[in-house]
Amino acid sequence: MIPEIGNFSLIIALSVALFLATVPLYGAQKNNLQLMQFSRYAVVAQFVFILIAFIALVYSFTADDFSVKYIASNSNSALPMIYKISAVWGAHEGSFLLWLLILSCWTLAVAYFSKSLPITMTSRVLSVMGMLSIGFLLFIIFTSNPFERLFPAPMDGRDLNPLLQDPGLAIHPPMLYMGYVGFSVVFSITIAGLISGQLDSAWARWSRPWTVIAWMFLTLGIALGSWWAYYELGWGGWWFWDPVENASFMPWLIGTALIHSLVVTEKRGAFKSWTVLLALIAFSLSLLGTFLVRSGVLVSVHAFASDPTRGSFILAFLVLVIGGSLMLYAIRGSSMSGGGHFNLFSKDTFMLLGNILLSVACAMVLLGTLYPLLDQMIDLGKLSVGKPYFNAVFVPIMLPALVIMSMAPLMRWKSDSFGRVFKQMLIPLAIALSIGIALFFMEKGSIMIAISVGLAALIFSSVVMSIINRVKNKGALGTALKKIPLSFYGMNLAHIGVAVFIVGVTFTESMSLQKDLRMETGDTISLGGYSFTFEGAESRQGPNYIAYEGAVSIINSEGDAIGTMTPQKRVYQVRGMPMTEAGIDAGLFRDLFVALAEQLDNGAWSLRIYYKPFIRWIWLGCILMALGGFLAILDKRYRLRVAQ
Amino acid sequence: MNPKRKNRLILVLLILAGVGAAVTLGLKALDQNLLYFFSPTQVKAGEAPIGHSFRLGGLVQKGSVVREKDGLTIHFDVTDGAETIAVTYTGILPDLFREGQGIVATGKIDGSTKAGKMHFIADEVLAKHDENYMPPQVQEALDKAHENGKKKLAENAAEAATSQSMPGGNAQ
Repeated sequence: MIPEIGNFSLIIALSVALFLATVPLYGAQKNNLQLMQFSRYAVVAQFVFILIAFIALVYSFTADDFSVKYIASNSNSALPMIYKISAVWGAHEGSFLLWLLILSCWTLAVAYFSKSLPITMTSRVLSVMGMLSIGFLLFIIFTSNPFERLFPAPMDGRDLNPLLQDPGLAIHPPMLYMGYVGFSVVFSITIAGLISGQLDSAWARWSRPWTVIAWMFLTLGIALGSWWAYYELGWGGWWFWDPVENASFMPWLIGTALIHSLVVTEKRGAFKSWTVLLALIAFSLSLLGTFLVRSGVLVSVHAFASDPTRGSFILAFLVLVIGGSLMLYAIRGSSMSGGGHFNLFSKDTFMLLGNILLSVACAMVLLGTLYPLLDQMIDLGKLSVGKPYFNAVFVPIMLPALVIMSMAPLMRWKSDSFGRVFKQMLIPLAIALSIGIALFFMEKGSIMIAISVGLAALIFSSVVMSIINRVKNKGALGTALKKIPLSFYGMNLAHIGVAVFIVGVTFTESMSLQKDLRMETGDTISLGGYSFTFEGAESRQGPNYIAYEGAVSIINSEGDAIGTMTPQKRVYQVRGMPMTEAGIDAGLFRDLFVALAEQLDNGAWSLRIYYKPFIRWIWLGCILMALGGFLAILDKRYRLRVAQ
Repeated sequence: MNPKRKNRLILVLLILAGVGAAVTLGLKALDQNLLYFFSPTQVKAGEAPIGHSFRLGGLVQKGSVVREKDGLTIHFDVTDGAETIAVTYTGILPDLFREGQGIVATGKIDGSTKAGKMHFIADEVLAKHDENYMPPQVQEALDKAHENGKKKLAENAAEAATSQSMPGGNAQ
């Protein structure tokens, strides 16, 4: 009964979405106020029915209704309650329903927070979002319906993949989707602007907060995924350049470029068509990412072909959205005027260069991600593109981007002189150089460490420099600091986040120590100044798994006991699937990581032990970036007041 | 040319040069870092490069896993049903590594051994995190080997049939 209610609500939501996509758009064209006002009611109705469907699915999961096919394959009566709920978005069908729910939330937010905007604009934006919603509703109802029944109903479900039974992964997909779908707002605003031909600085100002919020969620979502991979999956790695990861990283790169080019478009009226293009691409890549990950295309083209209706629907939808928006861009793009002029040496130029570097980096990631797929389609033989490619391509593109990032905030719009900027950069450069040189001659130092940490120092000190410039000669420090707009703090905090991230990546990648070895009870080994003693392993019963739990006690170089880590080797009973749960002792400057690998003869185990310096800085950097975005949207200047 | 145009031209040229350099770099890196996949049959046929990394996929032959005393060095055979390749790996195996399970190993053929007795040194062994999952390339390789095996059988049978029918033909 409940699943049928869910299914029925989806169908009602589809009919509401059909009205939403057409009526307000027509109203805006004919300037009919009533038709335009209809959009707000439609948005609320659509949200309510999608929410009902989502709750119906959550309820059926918690009630163990295994007559629903999706629940039977992704849940089990022994599954802890929190994972029964997170199992809702644990696989293809449910994750698309979550996507749809989040899309309708964003649509609601746009309708609610845009009361001060011209109603023709709002109606067009909401209509475009309605069109996206139609696409997803059709996809869910006809090809991936989570409410499909199974006859006869099995006694129990096949369980959620044990990898996904983890708190980090319960919140990772919703965060990521908030980011992906968030880009649909700036996409829709841009499409609405292209339709009306109204792409001015008001359009840019209005897009900015939405873009920043989406980017903030995406940043957190990616960081959560990386953290999860570190402790659950990766045997201590934090990024694998896996297609699934790349799919989320590409919209992030373009989203970052978009945030910056929106600034230029708002402040200077320049780069309009470039900004429009980025707005369209950011969302297109989000769509591509969702589909690539969830349809299994990336594992193999054969998986794609295994469900032809799903595959061709996805392809048709992608072609329609990407092709349609680019077509509109091609028709309308020429009417966009050029905007302000600027000199070669100016903030404008540097913002453009930064943008281009980010876009090229994204293109390179796209190439590496899709190349095996293209290759398989024309059947040249099977191949894969590994981590070395991405590192070889990505790092050299990012290094100049970091230099630009440290200089651009200190530069002036329109025209600046090299001498003035150089004078500003003098102290940061001196700091960066001395840190770089010191690191180069440090034990185990290298040119790569010197360059990247030096660049991080350059970014950090130029941020400090630009704040000093802002308060210099402005009277008392406290009041001067208060006068600086929040968005300026936001930007600088995000840039510091990048610097922190770089330090984390550099030290983790270059200074980590690792040992795989066989240990008997009582064996001791030292690594990175710590000594690890294996105290043996015993079996333990979990809610839906049995485990061997090892005990490894750690003593630091001063001889103080740090504690005992308890890595586990679990076997989840329903699927009979083994899982490794690492024992981690986390710290700001180093992580100690112990994993049980395999049970050997007479009580001995093979173990993997890591010493990972500065790895927490990677995620700390991401959190700082997201916080920076948060500060920026709190800025009064971006409250959505445009209409006056 | 007025200075504004000149500025714009310089900017465009700079961007083109930069993007061009990046793309060249990218394609070069791509060319050097592609990993090709081969099945044991292909490796035996000499299709795989000697001294270069590639990926070898197939099933872990039942009963072939031997562990050395240090607990970390492991020898096993990878098979696609038609041919097998001996593999050596030092390190920690993935959770789902089992006899009879489909795996993909990345590594090189040890060049020092004599031809005919090929030996694969793996630096990475992957077994996907799902008990039902078969890496698609492995599945395809298995199917191919199976088909070839059938074909061979059919050919043998056909040969046998013709050689049997020969005397009959003579008798006529």
